[in-house]
Amino acid sequence: MAALGIAAGSANWFTALALGVTLLKCLLIPTYHSTDFEVHRNWLAITHNLPISQWYYEATSEWTLDYPPFFAWFEYALSHVAKYFDPEMLKVHNLNYSSSRTLLFQRFSVIFTDALFVYAVYECCKCIEGRKSGKELLEKPKFILSVLLLWNFGLLIVDHIHFQYNGFLFGLMLLSIARLFQKRHVEGAFLFAVLLHFKHIYLYVAPAYGVYLLRSYCFTAVKPDGSVRWNSFSFVRVTSLGLVVFLVTALSLGPFLALNQLPQIFSRLFPFKRGLCHAYWAPNFWALYNVLDKVLSVIGLQLKLLDPSKIPKASMTSGLVQEFQHVVLPSVTPLATFVCTLMAVLPSVFCLWFKPQGPRGFLRCLILCALSSFLFGWHVHEKAILLAILPLSLLSVEKADDASIFLILTTTGHFSLFPLLFTAPELPIKILLMLLFTIYSISSLKTLFRFASPAFICYFLCFCWLLSFKTSRLYVCCEGP
Amino acid sequence: MEKWYLMTVVVLIGLTVRWTVSLNSYSGAGKPPMFGDYEAQRHWQEITFNLPIKQWYFNSSDNNLQYWGLDYPPLTAYHSLLCAHVAKFINPDWIALHTSRGYESQAHKLFMRTTVLIADLLIYIPAVVLYCCCLKEISTKKKIANALCILLYPGLILIDYGHFQYNSVSLGFALWGVLGVSYDWDLLGSLAFCLALNYKQMELYHSLPFFCFLLGKCFKKGLKGKGFALLLKLACTVAGSFILCWLPFFTDKEQTLQVLRRLFPVDRGLFEDKVANVWCSFSVFLKIKDILPRDIQIIISFCFTFLSLLPACVKLILQPSPKGFKFTLVGCALSFFLFSFQVHEKSILLVSLPVCLVLNEIPFMSTWFLLVSTFSMLPLLLKDGLLLPSLVTVMAFFIACATCFSIFEKICEEELQLKSFSISVRKYLPSFTFLPRIIQYLFFLSVITMALLTLMTITLDPPQKLPDLFSVLVCFVSCLNFLFFLVYFNIIIMWDSKTERNQKKVN
Repeated sequence: MAALGIAAGSANWFTALALGVTLLKCLLIPTYHSTDFEVHRNWLAITHNLPISQWYYEATSEWTLDYPPFFAWFEYALSHVAKYFDPEMLKVHNLNYSSSRTLLFQRFSVIFTDALFVYAVYECCKCIEGRKSGKELLEKPKFILSVLLLWNFGLLIVDHIHFQYNGFLFGLMLLSIARLFQKRHVEGAFLFAVLLHFKHIYLYVAPAYGVYLLRSYCFTAVKPDGSVRWNSFSFVRVTSLGLVVFLVTALSLGPFLALNQLPQIFSRLFPFKRGLCHAYWAPNFWALYNVLDKVLSVIGLQLKLLDPSKIPKASMTSGLVQEFQHVVLPSVTPLATFVCTLMAVLPSVFCLWFKPQGPRGFLRCLILCALSSFLFGWHVHEKAILLAILPLSLLSVEKADDASIFLILTTTGHFSLFPLLFTAPELPIKILLMLLFTIYSISSLKTLFRFASPAFICYFLCFCWLLSFKTSRLYVCCEGP
Repeated sequence: MEKWYLMTVVVLIGLTVRWTVSLNSYSGAGKPPMFGDYEAQRHWQEITFNLPIKQWYFNSSDNNLQYWGLDYPPLTAYHSLLCAHVAKFINPDWIALHTSRGYESQAHKLFMRTTVLIADLLIYIPAVVLYCCCLKEISTKKKIANALCILLYPGLILIDYGHFQYNSVSLGFALWGVLGVSYDWDLLGSLAFCLALNYKQMELYHSLPFFCFLLGKCFKKGLKGKGFALLLKLACTVAGSFILCWLPFFTDKEQTLQVLRRLFPVDRGLFEDKVANVWCSFSVFLKIKDILPRDIQIIISFCFTFLSLLPACVKLILQPSPKGFKFTLVGCALSFFLFSFQVHEKSILLVSLPVCLVLNEIPFMSTWFLLVSTFSMLPLLLKDGLLLPSLVTVMAFFIACATCFSIFEKICEEELQLKSFSISVRKYLPSFTFLPRIIQYLFFLSVITMALLTLMTITLDPPQKLPDLFSVLVCFVSCLNFLFFLVYFNIIIMWDSKTERNQKKVN
């Protein structure tokens, strides 16, 4: 009994946190799920029934496979478990099939695969420095980080209500970051390569990885002033990295290369026909651009500077395929967004090259890459803000400045996820969970760093910005064709 | 208090768990013609809104008492009336006389669940938070942990937010009563308890300890001076609150009698359906209901109930203390549950509330009891389709208690508050040192039995000749556990001596 006591008692607050959030996820099983549920059911069916050569061509359902091959293999593996729950869900023509067993299986698969995320959080906790160790448990940075990551509001509602598999993917990313902190560079590179072939959205942060590995791993020594020592370039290291990436890519794309399906895969993975903005506008630069365009067009119409018959009728916010033109401001092409993103990313990448500050510098660059891509990217989903929020949590428990930025980003970022859940029964859940996370994050970080009340003016302004953004979007939708 | 934010987080967790449980099914969902408790509550809104007060408790063409007639005291009726006014504002079809019978829709479910949440938020949760904040001699962290565990108690969440009831209102008022009376706000405390009593008559299970504790206080203050004044004031408060609640029904003797008849249906028999009390379990071996006539049944149940709770109550009168009061609440409610008349399985919640209050004093035994109390309602929960939320909330509660209180490190005589009892026994039996170990083994046995029975009930079909086999087994096992707890709590009460308390203070 004493042994059980020690195991269950003081030692494992981490297990209690992980188990607690897992149980909460189980309680979220009967909540609303979005069309992403049907997307994944469809992919289970496709990968289970069809040969590989058909995977990226199958189009019975509108939700075609648009993730890289490793994710398709993942769905294939899941489908072999799915058949014991409800074989009907694996029939390709069973569109929108969602029996209770299907729901149970899909939800449990997300909860189960989150185990990788839990492990990654555990590894990340080992990497952060414990300030003034010996303090009370609730004020330890490791504890706060664990809560901020494990109980992250965005991840909870996107994965376990809206329905997606971001948990284990972010687990891979955090694990690769942890490995880089632990100086296990090849492992980190391997994990990131694998991650890229699971979901290509992580390309947003690939520059940070590339530059950091090249600069801090391939060049083994630095000059006294910190700049690179060119003759310390290690071919062994660069070859090992290259080999790892090559092998992973070969494993992923190899079969499809053999089948000559690469162009098809790329067209599925990068659907530039989808339009500048997603159906639910991500609160990025282009959203503001659209609003400005709309405002100017309205003013133009009022002042009779524009001809009403010449205004294009395409809506800016329809779901799947939308192409539209801006009325007053120049239209935005994918190339333009790429250039903007590149320009936004360059300063941080240059810093990482010229003044690397170890793994923490890399992490900052990663976060900035994620944020830049979010702000200027083409067809960005608002869920992509999690790409910046989760890594920033690691920095937030170490430095007060990072903590303040984290609080602003996380509060506004999470609030921007609200439109994902628009049903009435889920309203209390999203408000309660948001309050839970926000109150905890603000108060615990404030206690950790003992800084004065966070600049509430800052919060208020951000809040106003978000609110104005939402109302303007509403206005545009109402006024739109 | 410092760390107010943690308390807020705990309350938010409690609310989130409650709301997510409420997304599941409710009692009688989609089961005409009678449906279940959900329909009963909706029907009461219909009745109280459309009919004049005089007709609420009477059988008439508009109010068929056979179909979920009102059988709770007036405060429930007033609460239903309030909800009905809100319902009228949103969608009058929900409470239209006659035509709204069996009305079910997503929007209506959302409305009903919201009424439960609001009632809980206004009455029960503040009481719990205040109770935990006012606990003495424990750290802030422990207070917050205590609040977390109480708010995560699965039984109340599953019944109120799953099955659908408003127990949080009556239990909340009772808790305010406990708070008031424990911290010498006697009048407010007794007012709160009277409100609880006028909401659900089952609160009578708690009435004796309140009475004894307050009487004991009056005696302590001296019956010739302040004590008598207090007694008078209390009597006036109680009488006043009752008159206020029952005012519309005091106009006519027939009204009052009819309400009483609805509240205490003595014709209904010793027990109905399967419940984890002694009579139901005993009837497995001997069918008392068929052998003995009704009046004898009532007398026997009366005797057993009062004999089992008398010692604790007498001690409370002679030595009133807040700690003794809480334990007597447990003992009394448990005695009533085990031996009383017409007990329903949900009445275990009346025992669970006081046990939650002593969670910080005997965490191991309280956690064990609260797990058994939820288990005893398993057949009901399965019938309502609440398997997954039940399993999840029970696990969450267990993990919370195990982590917050380190319960497995607290199984020694002193932690179980059995030290003085063991010392007394050791006067006659010097080798009586094995009590904690026995309790550990019993705990394991109990948990294994409960787990096995749960598994069997979920996976297997009962044999055709004994269709109620699993329900009866669940009741029987729970009853045995409850009898053990009855003995245990009575031991604590009777052996809780002043010297022990003084010893603690010196330490």
